[in-house]
Amino acid sequence: MSGLRTRLASRAGAGVAALSRSVGAGDGSVIGGRVSLALDPGALASLGRGHPAGLVSGTNGKTTTTRLLAAALETAGPVVTNLGGANLPPGLVTALARAGPGAMAALEVDEAYVPRVAQALSPRALCLLNLSRDQLDRINEVRMLAGRWRSAVAAMASTTVVANADDPMVAWAAGTAPQVVWVAGGLAWHLDATGCPACEGVIAFAGAGAGAGSAGGEWSCTAGCGLRRPRPEVLLDGADLVRRSEDGEERFALSVCLPGAHNRANAMMAAVTAAQMGVSLAEAARAVGAVGEVAGRYGVVRVEGAAARLILAKNPAGWMTVFDLLAPGPLAVAINARVADGRDPSWLWDVPFERLAGRTVVATGERCRDLAVRLRYAGVDHVTEADLGRAVTLAHRLRLSQDGAGGPTAAELPDRPVDVVANYTSFQALRRLGRRGGGERG
Amino acid sequence: MTAESAVRVVVVHPDLLGTYGDGGNGMILARRLAWRGIDVELVQSPSGSPVPEAADFYCLGGGEDGPEARSAVELAGGALNRAVEAGAAVLAVCAGFQLVGHSFAGADGSPRPGLGLIDVTTAKGDGPRAVGELVAEPVASALAGLPTLTGYENHGAVTALGPGVEPMARVRSGVGNGAGDGTEGAVSGRVFATYLHGPVLARNPALADALLGSVLGPLAPLDDSEADELRRERLAATARLRRWHRRRRP
Repeated sequence: MSGLRTRLASRAGAGVAALSRSVGAGDGSVIGGRVSLALDPGALASLGRGHPAGLVSGTNGKTTTTRLLAAALETAGPVVTNLGGANLPPGLVTALARAGPGAMAALEVDEAYVPRVAQALSPRALCLLNLSRDQLDRINEVRMLAGRWRSAVAAMASTTVVANADDPMVAWAAGTAPQVVWVAGGLAWHLDATGCPACEGVIAFAGAGAGAGSAGGEWSCTAGCGLRRPRPEVLLDGADLVRRSEDGEERFALSVCLPGAHNRANAMMAAVTAAQMGVSLAEAARAVGAVGEVAGRYGVVRVEGAAARLILAKNPAGWMTVFDLLAPGPLAVAINARVADGRDPSWLWDVPFERLAGRTVVATGERCRDLAVRLRYAGVDHVTEADLGRAVTLAHRLRLSQDGAGGPTAAELPDRPVDVVANYTSFQALRRLGRRGGGERG
Repeated sequence: MTAESAVRVVVVHPDLLGTYGDGGNGMILARRLAWRGIDVELVQSPSGSPVPEAADFYCLGGGEDGPEARSAVELAGGALNRAVEAGAAVLAVCAGFQLVGHSFAGADGSPRPGLGLIDVTTAKGDGPRAVGELVAEPVASALAGLPTLTGYENHGAVTALGPGVEPMARVRSGVGNGAGDGTEGAVSGRVFATYLHGPVLARNPALADALLGSVLGPLAPLDDSEADELRRERLAATARLRRWHRRRRP
């Protein structure tokens, strides 16, 4: 039961959130939570009391995995979760203030806030997906962040950490946890994990290049500091999720609606996390597989009459999971560099855009000029159009003109979506455009 | 033409010194040569194997403290020093800048020996980390006539220049070397060192050509209209930010 101060603080926050919604400023999660936290700095801890929590963090896949975790936990009872990516303490406060008595919480947490949130909530489970370069103007260095995780989990006696054994940064960070379940969650991007986080040695990967979701190969520090891939207890094998123990192995069919190997890995991480919170792994695997869309990712929207499939990719590791999902032909790529994106888009040079050679790319977003220069050096044909709406309609037109002869009939053409890959705030802006332009469909 | 006659561009330890997109610099040098019809070979030289010594250009990028120290240990054999003595040019950015100097700070803050290619010394700074757009006017004699340099800095260390180097540029906006003298980067012979990311050569094609020209002599101009647009946009954005900060000052 939360104290009077917290109840008043969260009621004040809810009031401000409702006001924010009514004036159309957003869903009010962040501003409402800020008000609550200003009135009661202990609001997160007191609101969390009585709600067993599963936290999800990592550079990529947080929102999706949290949604999948919520779906798995819902098989056991009511669940509260922070939708819309509000993953800083104010967003968490708002989510928890809405929780009914005894509801479990599935919460996405920003990487940098894991220590603070975990300390406040003493979660039942903490799911650590991956760590790679993203928003370096704020995060600065990946190893510093891994080090902060490592200190935090060492003190978490009542938490089971569900950790990706394929990512050396995560494996090192989770290595101090009193209770940990290692999962072979794959690694899409190796270049932030070459320098050993434990010493100044170098990590060697066997079979480097294994993508996200593929059970990654072994890795170890060549300087002999002892850091090596922990033996995963849970992994993917073909269509199955496999749990190994001393008594042998159990297999569970895992059929995931979301596209891509990385989403199979997210589904596995979510199911294993739910299994630490009282849901059977079989039940969890069924529930995560059934989730069809998460926060507009891969959803089709209509922007100024043009159908567009929205794909989120906000850093090099994210892009590595996207190339194989793209439909052939022209596409639009939207890049912003606001605070939530990271102010420095230099990471565009770590993305192998050379793989788009032969297509036409419409470069858009507030930093379309950075992208245009990158594409020029990559030898990729491109057009620069800063306005998101105009860029999508242009890309759609280009796609239709290439589909032209022998393709679908003229009546079908306008419904064939063009792929639009966007980073965080440009993705949100495109969703807003889509809502204005006739609504999202699944 | 055989590979022996091709110009060689080596990206040094992209797996350790590539955190901030600086791998783009090697790519940019290579493409700018190829666009001019010059035969070029771009070599990625990862950690754990010797850096090729017979090359014309070496690029070192930014990296985290631990990997930077590792890179310095691997380069201590002198391959890069010998290549520079033989006439190669170097572009060293951020951690790369620090490790071509006399010494720099390791992850634990203790001083580590650098390659001593240029007369600079780096230590951990006391102030907040320098993060943001950086604008600087080139002052090094090798960069005479170059337009304003623009890029993005992200570093916690402070680099002091010795008498054996020229500053690359004078800071107009941002922090740069951070030692209180208002300088950014350093130039010594054919070694060009800077804190600018972006990558620096994407935002400053004239610097790319100055670097290439230091070894190959004058080069034909290229169409840099897209980079020019990016430069105009970034310089205008930084100027807006400066005005905003000035207005907020009491």
